[in-house]
Amino acid sequence: MSDERTMMEGQSVVLKNQASHTLWRRIMRHKSIYLVASLSFIYFIIFRYVPIWNAQIAFRDFQALSGVVKSPWVGLKNFSDFVHSYYFWELIRNTVLYSVGKMLFSVPAAVFLAVALYECRLYWLRKTVQTMAYLPHFLSWVIMYAILLAILSPSSGILNDIIKAFGGEPISFMTDTKSFPWIVILSDTWKETGWSAIIFLAALMGIDPSLFEAAAVEGASAWQRVRYITLPAIKPVIVVVVLLKLGTVLDAGFNQIFMLYSLPVYSVADIIDTWIYRQGILEFRFGLATAVGLFKGVFGLLLLVVSNRLIKRYTGNGLY
Amino acid sequence: MTSTIRLTRSDRLFHFCIDGALVLILALLIIPIWSTLTLSFRPNDFIGSALDGMFLAPWKWSTAAYRALLGHRSFLSAAGNSFRIFFEGVITALFFTVPLAYALSIKTLPGRKLLYGIVLVPYLFNPGLVPNYLLVTKLGLSNTLAAVFLPGAVSVYNTLIMKSFFEELPEELKESARIDGASELTVLLRIILPLSKPILLTIGLYYGVHFWNDFFNAMLYINDAKLQPLPILLRNILLSSGMNEYVEANAFGEAPIYAIKAASVFLAAIPMLVAYPFIQKYFVKGTMLGSIKG
Repeated sequence: MSDERTMMEGQSVVLKNQASHTLWRRIMRHKSIYLVASLSFIYFIIFRYVPIWNAQIAFRDFQALSGVVKSPWVGLKNFSDFVHSYYFWELIRNTVLYSVGKMLFSVPAAVFLAVALYECRLYWLRKTVQTMAYLPHFLSWVIMYAILLAILSPSSGILNDIIKAFGGEPISFMTDTKSFPWIVILSDTWKETGWSAIIFLAALMGIDPSLFEAAAVEGASAWQRVRYITLPAIKPVIVVVVLLKLGTVLDAGFNQIFMLYSLPVYSVADIIDTWIYRQGILEFRFGLATAVGLFKGVFGLLLLVVSNRLIKRYTGNGLY
Repeated sequence: MTSTIRLTRSDRLFHFCIDGALVLILALLIIPIWSTLTLSFRPNDFIGSALDGMFLAPWKWSTAAYRALLGHRSFLSAAGNSFRIFFEGVITALFFTVPLAYALSIKTLPGRKLLYGIVLVPYLFNPGLVPNYLLVTKLGLSNTLAAVFLPGAVSVYNTLIMKSFFEELPEELKESARIDGASELTVLLRIILPLSKPILLTIGLYYGVHFWNDFFNAMLYINDAKLQPLPILLRNILLSSGMNEYVEANAFGEAPIYAIKAASVFLAAIPMLVAYPFIQKYFVKGTMLGSIKG
């Protein structure tokens, strides 16, 4: 009995030796890869992990002279300051409303554009629309601001020209709290719909053509084809896109809002990210701004994990 | 796809609606850009509404706004800075992204899972603006062009797109080189990279567009007026009511302020518009790759 055991142990030691031997050989074979990838690794440690370490100032009363580690510890004070402040609900409301509002407009618009492009038989029209629709994705929000001025400006914008032509008073859309949220949502839809349509278009290209042939044989009209074949075929992609957007609901588009907003519309324009910028960088309230950033980071992580779970359950494939 | 079958009336209506909708969408996409473009060419003595301006005959256009901007030092220096950020940024980004993507694509690499985890954690959890700001200023990058591109030099998303491209290259190619005694680095440099020109170009341009457009990092870290890139200058031009700081005083009388604002935007967008056809060729493929999980 004991002999048997020693034998088995001996065997496993030999096996282990062999395993570590081949592991070592595998490592050595890839040593040049480790060498070049180590630079990227160091980059990640410095530019992605040091900030995570720095985030501890959310729990400190940060003083520039004392630095990250030596500033006095204040526990959850910064967090409770934020949660109990009057702007807390306003920021959360604006952030969620902009994210969800953009999604409600851009997802149906992108699905519609993708289906229309897929069904269109005029090659030149399809190509021209595709080229023009993808382009705005590559324009920065600084450029978008100039384009919006050309349309909305009270003195030289075309929209106000039309209003004036009908005898109305020009409206200062960009500084009006009623119109500002619509500008944010519609300008984002204008800029990103084409780009978001790509993923739906890719899904449409994957539809089995024999389905359409069968439908034609059965005498289905084009409307029925869209209703019963095309839309059901991209339904899973729509669900995944919506879940993905829900996972990043706290990112309402800093660059856009920051470029478009101004003091008169802060109450309806301010989102978590713009507030963090003003408090942290302009007012030097580093501890408070970091706490809010960390609050957003942790909730963002939770939302991503949940949406990934749902995507995994729905499609069998997660994102990571 | 069903063109051999005679169209019924309802099908013809269907195609009429689809084509009509696309023409409408095209108009919605073109009108804002056209109105900005005609605004930039509007002469100083123009009388009439903005709508009239959109239909002004091209031979009555004035290039005064463009000449005023191109003749000014601050615009040229900002453009120079932006080009440097573009090229230095793309090279730096690819230098860090390619080896990482390649390492992640080798299924037999010991420690691959760990490396994957290290790359993924910051993707899922972002500690926010201030901790990053403290790092960049602590590294002494304030008032350097590197502050614009270095914090964003490795995008996890781009890395994963590149990784799936590497994974789809035929395994036999790498295997045969290994049998011939090539090291992994040689395989990467001699076999993988020459085959990867489309993805290098696509990802490089993704990074480039991002760096070219960035105004936030420049605003955070660059105070020195000589180092300002175009987006910062544009933003200042767009938000200011007077133009004295940006164009020579004598140019002021020749072009209206709003024309100068619109012209500055088109000048800044030119490199993007030149690069766009090249990007368009590849980005659809790239985006589809990105939708495949890593």
